[in-house]
Amino acid sequence: MSTMDKKKFTYYPGCSVKGTNRAYDMSTRSVAGALGIELSELDDWNCCGATAYMAIHEKRAFVLSARNLAIAEKEGLELVTVCNGCYLVLNKTNKYMSENPQLQAEIQKALAAGGMNYRGGVKVRHFLDVIVNDLGEEEVRGCVSRPLSGLKVAPYYGCQISRPFGEIDDPEDPQMMDRLIEWLGGEPVPFALKAKCCGGMMMTTQPEIGVKLSGNILKCARDQGADCIITACPLCQINLEAYQDTINDAMGQDCSIPILYFTQLMGAAFGINQKDLALKDSLTPVEELLTEKVYNS
Amino acid sequence: MANTEAARLSSEFLRHVYELPQGKSIDKCIQCGTCSASCPTSSAMEYGPREIIAALRAGVLEKVLKSNTVWLCASCYSCSVRCPAKIPFTDVMYELKRLGVKHNLYPPDTTNAVMARAFTEVVDKHGRNAETTLLQKYYLRTNMFKMFGQMNLVRKLITRGRLEFLPHTIKGIEGFRKMVAAIEKNGET
Ligand code: SF4
Ligand code: SF4
Repeated sequence: MSTMDKKKFTYYPGCSVKGTNRAYDMSTRSVAGALGIELSELDDWNCCGATAYMAIHEKRAFVLSARNLAIAEKEGLELVTVCNGCYLVLNKTNKYMSENPQLQAEIQKALAAGGMNYRGGVKVRHFLDVIVNDLGEEEVRGCVSRPLSGLKVAPYYGCQISRPFGEIDDPEDPQMMDRLIEWLGGEPVPFALKAKCCGGMMMTTQPEIGVKLSGNILKCARDQGADCIITACPLCQINLEAYQDTINDAMGQDCSIPILYFTQLMGAAFGINQKDLALKDSLTPVEELLTEKVYNS
Repeated sequence: MANTEAARLSSEFLRHVYELPQGKSIDKCIQCGTCSASCPTSSAMEYGPREIIAALRAGVLEKVLKSNTVWLCASCYSCSVRCPAKIPFTDVMYELKRLGVKHNLYPPDTTNAVMARAFTEVVDKHGRNAETTLLQKYYLRTNMFKMFGQMNLVRKLITRGRLEFLPHTIKGIEGFRKMVAAIEKNGET
């Protein structure tokens, strides 16, 4: 692979990033631009078949993922996603297909019925992995024009980025965002709940459980003196940012804290203007925090 | 449930689990409880992860399916990465969810199951999820009043332009549906 190709990817945004979490999509594209990473959106992509779908139909979920992989295969590039759920299920489809020839045959037959074909082996990456492990410290530091001096950041990884495969980071104590925060000039706080579950879909379906799980995460970050939490997944982001009033009531204490995507934090340190990071979309005072501590400092 | 039926349920379940990568390791469970201790929601489950395998061995799987247990699994994979016997326990939970749905053996008030079903319907129709449509479906089938509790949030999302009201249907929806139909014909539920 030439050095040019190293920075070219097919991009799979995923459903969540198109609506409620469009700030993640925008900030991802802005940051990629600054780093010279070329992301071209996967043509006519469909739902990846993640968690909720997989809970009802397993093979159908694999077919959904495989359709995306089939389209990506034609481009000949690695497929990058920014959602932990998509990242997991696309990888899982690859893995299960390669380990189970019968499953592979069934999936291929289904794809063929819709006029597609997937030979297998499209590499699926999380954007965070690309930044930290492909580009690395030097390239990231090279883009920093407004170091996050003194900013204390709690990195929240969630579940499905390092588990279950543990291929890109430690499944229990991931480090990618911790390192990234340092490269941006900020201070990662020790964060015991960094890879504990936020409750996922349960924030809507079983709020009493979701509120507790997300509440513990917010509280832990506050206790560590963090100024904000960064996330790498649209579902984690919405769970942590959207229910803080309810959480405060349930926890009997103020757990409010700004929540932003890691790409927004990078963008601020790169001096990218606030509009291109869609900071105004935030439900927590992200804009105020970054204006005070980064843009105006 | 008669004994033969219980046995049929267990064998159907095990057949699916054995097909998973590492699935056969379910026979090697040493009942250590690491899974339950790692599980963020086990305290709310009637049967924790360890107890599920005990129930399987005792031939009372349908009790697990009829309890609140399996739909409390958030698919966080903590159990899977920690199990000393390398049992892919999250996949076991998925298998139980599907088994319960297939045989209609889950409690009728399982909101997580309602949500998952609504999700698959939206995706099957459009090829993608559409949040607004999904939430409408979900609250209509569960508790409309809870939707009003969310109005404050909905308003905030609308003022920020973060809610899309119209679902986007993929261009290749015809082919997509053919694929879904083809895998279904293959015996997949
Ligand atoms: S951690 Fe594994 S071996 Fe231990 S009880 Fe759970 S499933 Fe069984
Ligand atoms: S994957 Fe499910 S069963 Fe396993 S620890 Fe997480 S919530 Fe519990």
